[in-house]
Amino acid sequence: MAGSPSRVIPGFSLTLGYTLFYLSALVLIPLGALVLKTTEMSFAQFWAVTTDPIVLASYRLTFTASFLAALINGIFGLIVAWALVRYEFPGRRVFDALIDFPFALPTAVAGLTYASLYLKDGWIGGLGPRIVGGVNGLAGLAGLSAPLAPEALDWLTFPYTGGTAGIVLVLVFVGLPFVVRTVQPVLIEWDPEFETAARSLGAGSFMIFRRVIFPELFPAWVSGFALAFARGIGEYGSVIFIAANIPGKSQIAPLQIVTKLDDFQYAAAAAIGVVLLFISLLILLAINAVEHYARRHERAAA
Amino acid sequence: MAGAITAAVPHVAETKRAVSTESPAARRILISITVLFLTIFVVIPLINVFNQAFSKGYEAYLSVFFPQRPDPDAVLTFSQKRRLAEAAAQAARTWRSIGLTAAVASIVLPLNILFGLAAAWATTKFNFRGRALLTSLIDLPFSVSPVVAGLVFVLLLGRNGIWGPWATKLEWPDPFSLHWVGFADGFWPLAFGQTHVGIIFTPLAIVLATIFVTFPFVARSLTPLMESQGTDEELAALSLGASGWRTFFKITLPNVKWALLYGVILCMARSFGEFGAVSVVSGHIDVNDTMPLRIEKLWNEYNNQAAFSVASLLAFVAVITLVAKSIVEWKAARDIERSD
Repeated sequence: MAGSPSRVIPGFSLTLGYTLFYLSALVLIPLGALVLKTTEMSFAQFWAVTTDPIVLASYRLTFTASFLAALINGIFGLIVAWALVRYEFPGRRVFDALIDFPFALPTAVAGLTYASLYLKDGWIGGLGPRIVGGVNGLAGLAGLSAPLAPEALDWLTFPYTGGTAGIVLVLVFVGLPFVVRTVQPVLIEWDPEFETAARSLGAGSFMIFRRVIFPELFPAWVSGFALAFARGIGEYGSVIFIAANIPGKSQIAPLQIVTKLDDFQYAAAAAIGVVLLFISLLILLAINAVEHYARRHERAAA
Repeated sequence: MAGAITAAVPHVAETKRAVSTESPAARRILISITVLFLTIFVVIPLINVFNQAFSKGYEAYLSVFFPQRPDPDAVLTFSQKRRLAEAAAQAARTWRSIGLTAAVASIVLPLNILFGLAAAWATTKFNFRGRALLTSLIDLPFSVSPVVAGLVFVLLLGRNGIWGPWATKLEWPDPFSLHWVGFADGFWPLAFGQTHVGIIFTPLAIVLATIFVTFPFVARSLTPLMESQGTDEELAALSLGASGWRTFFKITLPNVKWALLYGVILCMARSFGEFGAVSVVSGHIDVNDTMPLRIEKLWNEYNNQAAFSVASLLAFVAVITLVAKSIVEWKAARDIERSD
């Protein structure tokens, strides 16, 4: 390794050596073992494992749920970042700090509390019957007979069946910080002159956002979206609490790995693991490409 | 980079009240959406943890950790005795999980701090070929699913693993079982009370898996700051005759202390809460349960109130983490302002 000729600062070989050793021992060699394990199978076997209908269904569920959750975060995260940066309102600082809560709260706790909230007797899942009960109780006090049928507000009941909807909900929580935290710095740096200029040229608010502000936000927004999406694909702890985990219906891809491991099918587990790893590396590459493109774009504009 | 968010440089969000070309009505709608969204997705789930933990009252909450002791004079039926014994066993398992979680974090943290400092020093104070590749590799664990993180260790060290023949026979003493035995049998007064055989399905595997998933935090939070500070101050100290270590402890470390603390806080929170990776290497054995795994078992046993009681401890730690993080961010921002 050739460094700068006048290397005055000490500790290069010590720190680099230690870094490489620790990195290899704990990350690179174990990841290598994963790839090596799949070479024990022939390609036909690998293909058979990774395209098994149940496994395919789990990929489909993982991708659909992660994509929907990332999309919800993409829309609401943008609004949240926008309001937190540009407006002053009571509790703004607390809400701003709460954005990082999904990073601080263990995923198992998130899954646990979401599962209990959206169950039929949970606070949100049982909202409909509770409102009916409240209204009928008040009417009873006023001497009226119950104005609402017991099942009048059943449509309010969350479609929680241990399926996709519940998984999406908890993935929205888990991926919440990504879009907000990538978009926020861009909004803070944003120079309001452009808006004033656009306004003086007669542009409306929505027009200003769409044509002036959003193009500036776009690279950050895309990487936030991709990070939330990638996080959703790998997520395990929170999802298994809220999903019904029925094979072929509500089993996510990481759970397939666990199931295979529990059956001592190590090579099959490795094959699914390699596919997941490959996908997350692809997303990582895409994020880097977007950031690279944005940086070049910025330089060209300057 | 996947780590860019989880361990970014401490940021400060200041409003720009001067701007806003949008109408007051639009503004009110956007603020309402923000408050409503965060309330539904963050605030209510958090309150629900404590609400469920205390759903059977304060006594029931406490009895999850401190089970009722039988009154020595009372005459108990067989089923009463069995219920008391069962509650005591459950509480003992819960305490064991709390102890294991703390023990794992106390091993993982120093190792990752040391690694983070070394990695940040190597990648920011020097320029060498492959530096960009090295920083990407350090970030790699952030983009690996926790389940895959656990899986790789099973495939490497498990029974059919590549190093399996060696790893499954490895005997190692439990450092937390070290106790005083006195000088009666020799010169060395300490002894290990427990040895483990193998790595996978023992607490050592939990340590390895936790290191894997918390690997980048400290390095990631130090790198941007150390990069922006450059090497001028270090070079000045060295040219005045300070040794390398002295330069590090007197110049570099004080300059990055808040970023370091920030990384440590994130690393600690993640090591307390890691579920997927730890679940895979724990083998679902009771003695290997960390707090999140204990929560899962209680939930699967339909013991919701107990599951939420354990969860309430972790949620409390998460709130403390958030407060500590905000303080560190504020301090770091103040330091940057002062140095400007």
